Amino acid sequence: MAEDTLFSEVLDPANRADPYPIYARLRETPVSRQRDGSVVVSTHAAISSLIFDPRLSSEDLPPSRRPRTGNPLKDWLLNPIKNRIATAHRPLIFRDPPDHDTLRHAVMREFTVARVQALRQRIAQDVDALIEGCVGRDEVCLVEDLSYPLPVAVICDMLGVPEADEPQFQAWATQLATALEPDARHDEASRHRTVAAFDAISGYMRALIREKRRRPTPDLLSALAAPGPDGKAVMGDFDLISTAILLLVAGHETTVNLITNGMLTLLRHPLELARLRADPERAPRVIEELLRYEPPVHFRTRKALGTIEIAGHTIPKGTPVILLFAAANRDPARFDAPDRFDPDRDDNQHFGFGGGLHYCMGAPLARIEAEIALVALSRRLIAPRLLADPPPYRPGASLRGPEHLGIGIDGIGPRLS
Amino acid sequence: MPNLTEPVPGEAAPLRVVVDLNRCQGYAQCCYAAPGVFDVRGHEILFYDPAPARARRGEIERAVQACPVRAISLQADRGDTP
Amino acid sequence: MSAAQAAGIVVVGASLAGLRGAEALRRAGYGGRLTIVGDEPHRPYDRPPLSKHVLSGELAPNATELPELVALDADWRLGHAAVALDRAARTIRLRDGTDLAYERLLIATGAQARPWPDAAGGGLANIFTLRGRDDAARLRTALAETPRRVLIVGAGLIGCEAVSCCRDLGLPVTLVDPNPTPLARSLGTWVGGVITECLKEAGATFHAGAQVLRFEGDASGRVVRAHLADGRAVEADLVIVALGATRATDWLSGAGLMADAGGVTCDGACRVLGADGTPCPDIYAAGDVARWPNPLYGGRLMSVEHWGNAVAQAEHAARNMLAPAEAQQAYRHLPAFWSSQFGINIKAVGLTEGADTVAIVQGSRASRRFLAVYGRAGRSIAAVSFDQARWLPAYAEAITGGQAFPPIRDASDQGAFTPMAPGFPPPRAASTHIEARHG
Repeated sequence: MAEDTLFSEVLDPANRADPYPIYARLRETPVSRQRDGSVVVSTHAAISSLIFDPRLSSEDLPPSRRPRTGNPLKDWLLNPIKNRIATAHRPLIFRDPPDHDTLRHAVMREFTVARVQALRQRIAQDVDALIEGCVGRDEVCLVEDLSYPLPVAVICDMLGVPEADEPQFQAWATQLATALEPDARHDEASRHRTVAAFDAISGYMRALIREKRRRPTPDLLSALAAPGPDGKAVMGDFDLISTAILLLVAGHETTVNLITNGMLTLLRHPLELARLRADPERAPRVIEELLRYEPPVHFRTRKALGTIEIAGHTIPKGTPVILLFAAANRDPARFDAPDRFDPDRDDNQHFGFGGGLHYCMGAPLARIEAEIALVALSRRLIAPRLLADPPPYRPGASLRGPEHLGIGIDGIGPRLS
Repeated sequence: MPNLTEPVPGEAAPLRVVVDLNRCQGYAQCCYAAPGVFDVRGHEILFYDPAPARARRGEIERAVQACPVRAISLQADRGDTP
Repeated sequence: MSAAQAAGIVVVGASLAGLRGAEALRRAGYGGRLTIVGDEPHRPYDRPPLSKHVLSGELAPNATELPELVALDADWRLGHAAVALDRAARTIRLRDGTDLAYERLLIATGAQARPWPDAAGGGLANIFTLRGRDDAARLRTALAETPRRVLIVGAGLIGCEAVSCCRDLGLPVTLVDPNPTPLARSLGTWVGGVITECLKEAGATFHAGAQVLRFEGDASGRVVRAHLADGRAVEADLVIVALGATRATDWLSGAGLMADAGGVTCDGACRVLGADGTPCPDIYAAGDVARWPNPLYGGRLMSVEHWGNAVAQAEHAARNMLAPAEAQQAYRHLPAFWSSQFGINIKAVGLTEGADTVAIVQGSRASRRFLAVYGRAGRSIAAVSFDQARWLPAYAEAITGGQAFPPIRDASDQGAFTPMAPGFPPPRAASTHIEARHG
């Protein structure tokens, strides 16, 4: 297999606004070995097969030479492979079964249908209030005005994190999300910033969990912190902290992209924006097509625990495997006219929330938030138009979305019934 | 628990839903989209009401769209079947 | 237009296969006349819930009518069983004596429950089989009358699902099967032993290695007990006979086709074979009733009594029906089924027939969450998951690819690999083909 440098082009910020032509070139070799030794998997068929392959591990971070610090989570961030104690307390997106399942099951048991449904009303009110806040302006900055504050408020509400603390943890959360990007992992300075952010946010969470145990409130964190029916803790303290941080960060850093990419795409497809405005029942189709067309998370990295034969290629044991979900979503072998934004397409089996056992836990919540936000925006922004296209992007190649999205408007329409 | 009363003659015919349980991977997205119509029991048994009331159509279409493996089929609203 | 063309395509069997076949015809652009014949008075309905949520009372028997996914614009002949086929005249005869002309025919008559012989008490009241919607409705009514004890004969998937439901309803249950464990024919006794444990925990009585000889009735002709071959008697006022099914081919007996109780034989393209072995260009079969040489198994003849096969084979046959002779595609299929019982989701792929070894490759038998792979002569041939369905697609790929046993090593959540004897009972009788059944 020839070595390739295409993935470094994906990481290049210059290509952030439109990585899709690079993805098309990557798909020509469904399993493409990169110069750094990793392989990039980019076709729908190959990813479909790999997400259910038990040889693909999420314990994927490269080793480093850092010493132990005494804090298992911090050690894991610095020194992921060598320290077994640290390894045992990674957040569940970096863990394999059976530990992964135990943690995920504990979270999902509390991430109930009722809890998610109960947030609908609040999401609608928040969206209304945030749009109301733009009355009198001729310009909306979508990220600052809605796509960022909405998911923050919702995840804080659900977890039981005081929203007033948001200014405090915003920078930590952003830095931790950065740690998911391959470039940041290789960058010593960035790793140190990540550890500092982690120290800060875990200290914050530790205190909050102590408080939840003392005075439980009807939120997810209190439920996870409470003893189980047998009187024993559902999860250990480190697991609880890492899970809480994961949910908080994921709530911050992904839905913001779904909403912003969504509005950007609709503004680039005015006919679809008009159709959504006229018929909000189209929203579920619009959301699923957005998840295919402009997914909030473009790729995730795994590691091959064994030698895997796939699509005529051999992935050697130990190889980092990059699952390029966003490329599979545009695979012409799977989707007709894949580069066309078409909410009417049937059989829209996308990887917008990943797939397999690490499928996004927050997907139901993200769908509700995006649906309510996009329907309200389509109905209330009067004559919206993009002020810059392409907009400036955040640095992340995986968690990819605009940094700002300026939308010119002629005003704000009345509140919906 | 879903309300699974026997469809009454004369009332509007119920919707018709079927799930390909070979495809189903227990992602449970349908349970959030249409609570009560879909329900995961135990670790991964999907129970669903194959004949939900017509009023649930919007929710079930959401479930159809949200299913990561596209295992849910809902009869299109034609109103022409006797 | 000739009379035959005007007759269009006739689908015999208003079943899952019949419906999905008819839809595939329309989807592929067939605009001619389409007639669907069914012996039951009902539109096509889904069977899997019948032995689960219909028995438990959670779903009404008429709730499982299948969605029509394409506008069929079909002429439905429901409540009219086909009783004969005249290939020369290109007609089928219905039970009421009318003849129905066809241009092309899709046979999807499925299978019927194997009944208990009348000579051994099969005619007594409160003895049920469970195949169709009306069976399920009658059985549900009888269960709702709180029988003192339910006897279930046959520990295949349907029998075990019925036990699970009856225990959920709080009814005392006895299960009788000639094999040492439930599901022995489909999964072997080593995996089947897990269900033995479930039966025990659920409070069901299991008579393994036992055979019912006959049923005894009271003065009113209602069953009161069963007599077993070992001399024991089981008191029961409600009996469910779950001994599998035979293919519904009686109506083809005089048609000069290769048809018997094991199915109607087709070529790889699902074209039905005449008695001389030549394919009929105008007659296709799909679903439970079809026996075809599966390229995935070196062209061995098999019939597959599973939901997924009904759908896939019917769609495949329909496409071939509309294709020219030189474009007929062979039907390649990896059998797959699911069952839920005792709170466990069981899913399987491949055929376990002839397996000489089985091993757990993910999870553990003790936790009842595992994935087991079956091997035959060093090849992986089948896999079953108990509450571990997520890994099944990877193993299905390995089985389709004919990988060595065990197929996937170095996986997460994989313990020590210990091959076991799968424990399949000896074949019932010399068989010329494979029947993948719910038994």
